[in-house]
Amino acid sequence: MSSVTAALPGAAPHAAPEISAEALIALRTDMLRFAQLQLRNRETAEDMVQEAIESALRNASSFSGNSSRKTWVFAILKNRIIDHLRQAGRTVPMSSLVEDGEDWQERLEAMFNERGHWRDSARPTAWPNPEQSMQNKQFWVVFEACLDHLPANTARVFMMREFLGLEAEEICAQLGLTTSNCHVILHRARLKLRGCLGNGWAHIGDAQC
Amino acid sequence: MLNCKEVTQLCSQEMERPLRLGERFSLATHLMMCNGCTNFRRQMKALRLVAQSYAAGGAAVAPPPDDRSQ
Repeated sequence: MSSVTAALPGAAPHAAPEISAEALIALRTDMLRFAQLQLRNRETAEDMVQEAIESALRNASSFSGNSSRKTWVFAILKNRIIDHLRQAGRTVPMSSLVEDGEDWQERLEAMFNERGHWRDSARPTAWPNPEQSMQNKQFWVVFEACLDHLPANTARVFMMREFLGLEAEEICAQLGLTTSNCHVILHRARLKLRGCLGNGWAHIGDAQC
Repeated sequence: MLNCKEVTQLCSQEMERPLRLGERFSLATHLMMCNGCTNFRRQMKALRLVAQSYAAGGAAVAPPPDDRSQ
């Protein structure tokens, strides 16, 4: 409610954008996609988003406008997801993580020659400036598709690290993995995403609108 | 001397923990001579930037599933 007064004329000159139910509903689709990528479960994702929206409305007055409304709401959603994952405890069975890795090892080996140097076909080339790419709608479509193509558990470890910002140590402990296992999984996720994004990035470059 | 495969592992670990002095030295030495790994390391950093932007709602511009632009 206080956000409404803040938006009235005569209020603080740099009044924060309003946190209204309408504004939050407009973000719901993006929130849901973000939650679902990580949870891979529609119902849980919807619960998390609902809780985040309710919490945002209750705490609307604490929104300072220093970040964008969406960033603020996403931070709330991230905390909800972190709480959920912590409560859920060890949610990823080790065996499936090992399975994720089988053909992966072969493909990794194929990128390097017997001396461990890049093969010509696999040698990384420079990417376009990410700041610019992120302005492109199509880039995010590719990014989401790439995440979606990661094996579920590999993706989960990666997103716990990069989206939720949990330390590798905590992720390992939660999932009952050794530190080195955890690093291997994250490395694997990055290599796969790198390959996928690299392809997508090249296409985006071609089809600049 | 580290080879490229070992360097890619180091570049990924660098995202998880501070590298030790010896590791930093080996990495820097290799990167001076290797474009592929230099690009790889930049890509790891770009990946983090992109992921963090996405998680901060950066996908604000993402179109709805029924995108009509194509």
